Amino acid sequence: MQSTLPEEFYQWMEELQAVDFVLVELTLYLDTHPQDQSAVQQFNQFAKQRKQIKRAIESKYGPLQQYGNSYSGMPWNWSDGPWPWQL
Amino acid sequence: MWVYEKKLQYPVKVTSCNPTLAKYLIEQYGGADGELAAALRYLNQRYTIPDKVIGLLTDIGTEEFAHLEMIATMIYKLTKDATPEQLKAAGIADHYVNHDSALFYHNAAGVPFTASYIAAKGDPIADLYEDIAAEEKARATYQWIINMSDDPDLNDSLRFLREREIIHSQRFREAVEILKEERDRKIYF
Repeated sequence: MQSTLPEEFYQWMEELQAVDFVLVELTLYLDTHPQDQSAVQQFNQFAKQRKQIKRAIESKYGPLQQYGNSYSGMPWNWSDGPWPWQL
Repeated sequence: MWVYEKKLQYPVKVTSCNPTLAKYLIEQYGGADGELAAALRYLNQRYTIPDKVIGLLTDIGTEEFAHLEMIATMIYKLTKDATPEQLKAAGIADHYVNHDSALFYHNAAGVPFTASYIAAKGDPIADLYEDIAAEEKARATYQWIINMSDDPDLNDSLRFLREREIIHSQRFREAVEILKEERDRKIYF
């Protein structure tokens, strides 16, 4: 179920969580301030950044999302732990 | 549809096995002002709220599920190594005899989750005021739990969740203003 992960994984995960925090904040802000151009710009810039971090994590540690939002390894590795609560 | 991501919204660490804290935390799992109630309340209101705030209800409702997962992780980590004796000492023998260490949607006093925690009046202003009140109640509950907790790692994650309630409340207040503006504009035209 659970293999020990190197420190690098935790660092990348934290980086993703930090970028995603910006994106969640901007999402909710833009939901009530849709005309704020600089916020939209910042949003798109961070959206690009999160794609890059996601790709980096997945290339080494397997898919973060499924239903086709991430590529699979062979064999199917979506079910491989650790799951978030097991970290 | 929803797409799951194998990642917590914010890291959850606990200092030590502490089933007493888990007993308090379950309030935010299956309690009246907990994360499950919040997620279901907002997502359910989307179908009858004016278009301008559907996006906000969708996004906050979705974030609440991420919070629910954080709370579940806290409870899991606080109890996974506990012996039946420790659970008994923490006052959750009643939970143990029914569920073992499985999580269950009930509040800190053991009352099962019920749909009556979720309001849906169909009146946009009434529903949004309900949402603001729910966020403020959840914020207060997080503060009471932090006051009861002596786990510094856990408190870090709880403070994050407390701050999110403030942001959500703020955004719902803005949504009220957006709807009032819309309503008043219609009178003049």
